Amino acid sequence: MNPVAQAQQDTVEEFQLFDDWMVRYEHIIDLGKALPNFPVEWRTEVNRIRGCQSQVWFQIEMQDSGRMDIQGISDAAIVSGLIALLLRVYSGQKPNDILDAGPEFISDIGFDEHLSPTRSNGLHSMLKVIYEQAALNLGSS
Amino acid sequence: MNHAATPLGMLDTAAIRADFPILNQQINGHPLVYLDNGATTQKPAQVIEALEHFYKVDYSNVHRGIHTLSQRATERFENARQTVRHFIGADSEKEIIFTRGTTESINLVAHSWGDKNLHAHDEILVSEMEHHSNIVPWQILAQKKQARVVPIPIDDDGALNMAAFHQRLSAKTRIVAITELSNALGTLPPLDEIILAAHKVGAVVLVDGAQSVAHKAVNVAELDCDFYAFSGHKVYGPSGIGILYAKQTLLEHMPPYQSGGDMISEVSFTGTTYNALPYKFEAGTPNIVGADGLAIALNYLSNIGLNNIAQHEANLLSYATDKALEIPGLHIVGSAKYKAGILSFVIDGVHATDLGTLLNQQGVAIRVGHHCAMPVMQRFNLVSTARISLGIYNTIEDIDICFTSINKALEILA
Repeated sequence: MNPVAQAQQDTVEEFQLFDDWMVRYEHIIDLGKALPNFPVEWRTEVNRIRGCQSQVWFQIEMQDSGRMDIQGISDAAIVSGLIALLLRVYSGQKPNDILDAGPEFISDIGFDEHLSPTRSNGLHSMLKVIYEQAALNLGSS
Repeated sequence: MNHAATPLGMLDTAAIRADFPILNQQINGHPLVYLDNGATTQKPAQVIEALEHFYKVDYSNVHRGIHTLSQRATERFENARQTVRHFIGADSEKEIIFTRGTTESINLVAHSWGDKNLHAHDEILVSEMEHHSNIVPWQILAQKKQARVVPIPIDDDGALNMAAFHQRLSAKTRIVAITELSNALGTLPPLDEIILAAHKVGAVVLVDGAQSVAHKAVNVAELDCDFYAFSGHKVYGPSGIGILYAKQTLLEHMPPYQSGGDMISEVSFTGTTYNALPYKFEAGTPNIVGADGLAIALNYLSNIGLNNIAQHEANLLSYATDKALEIPGLHIVGSAKYKAGILSFVIDGVHATDLGTLLNQQGVAIRVGHHCAMPVMQRFNLVSTARISLGIYNTIEDIDICFTSINKALEILA
């Protein structure tokens, strides 16, 4: 199975364990707290993701192995958790696997319904950047 | 229906809430607690039904028809103007111009009055607590005229710095643009003092009533302001309708803003003459039904009584402020002596968007962000605040649920 699709399916199943959305948020926030350190020098205008009410930075690098290394950080707790979730699914994966898998697992978790009212969390902006970078680096994998 | 019970300020909120169908729903499995009235207010059934009735029974174009429907529509539209006139205490219906909202009202003044009366090196005094609609039109005007926008600073507690106002007011000042109630801080600036001083130096005063008009009684004639702008949607009326009040003497000397039908008297290719007031400023088919809906909303508020509403919301604000101060690390942004209806705050280590998301999950609607007043945020070195803004249908229970939900959110975020 496509490793990205597998990670997506694992994530969807993980979230199905919680039936209360407040508990899901708690889980998301905990994931965010465990994000690896994001150096200050990466917090550049180029790396900033627009379309978020909080500040979000992504540092994306193609590795020699043909895999995309993604790091990210936000000043908001829920968005940091969403970043952690995206990194778990997408970081270290090959661009073609990312493109094949698509971002639909987000709506399978129910994020569309629960997070889209604000449209400020920037989840869609973050996904857009990941998929754009994957498309851009398709040839190098 | 009379919703006002005695003593003063004790509104019959159960009866009021029954008039607002939208409040009777669950959000994310919790009863909706709507505390974002500063952004927009909900509509009573009386307004919703009036809009429907208008379209179903009385609708046609205004001011031009020989037929019955056009006469009925014109009557409802012009009656609405009278209602607005009485609600804000204007001397004449000629002083009541229907616009799309506060933003268009301010733009109308900036373009029409500004174009004629502002010259190079003149100054426009604008408070730092204005929302963008009462800043940007003046900046554009100033740029065009080589004039200057001069800010009036805010004190640490969110009050207007009146010493600075008096210092910066001068013979160069042509207009002072000032809010009646700050949407980001809740501050009520001392308009009487501002207007008196401005008139002494020969300046006119535009009052932005967008936030205030639903929360306290207004009388533009007593206030003696020259312009007063507000929006229908923030006063329990429809969106897309607003009001510009202007003194007749000023309107008579102002050129038209937009041009087209209805604003003319005679049109020919040798020259066009403009219509009488207020129609000179109402080009094209107006928001006929919106105007009627606005009038119904204003009547609804008048029946409750604006002083009762002000007292009710002051009670809620005081209760909410006490609750807020119990939360460790919470800082209220804007604690001026005179304020109304708005509680803006930040909590140490908590991003406002996280708080807003977790409150929404519990059915509580508040606003987080810069509140379209970035200079206020810059003044207090903030990116955003969380804002509770009150309305007639809010209750002590709403405030309790809100703060229980805030505490729950803080537990999760800790």
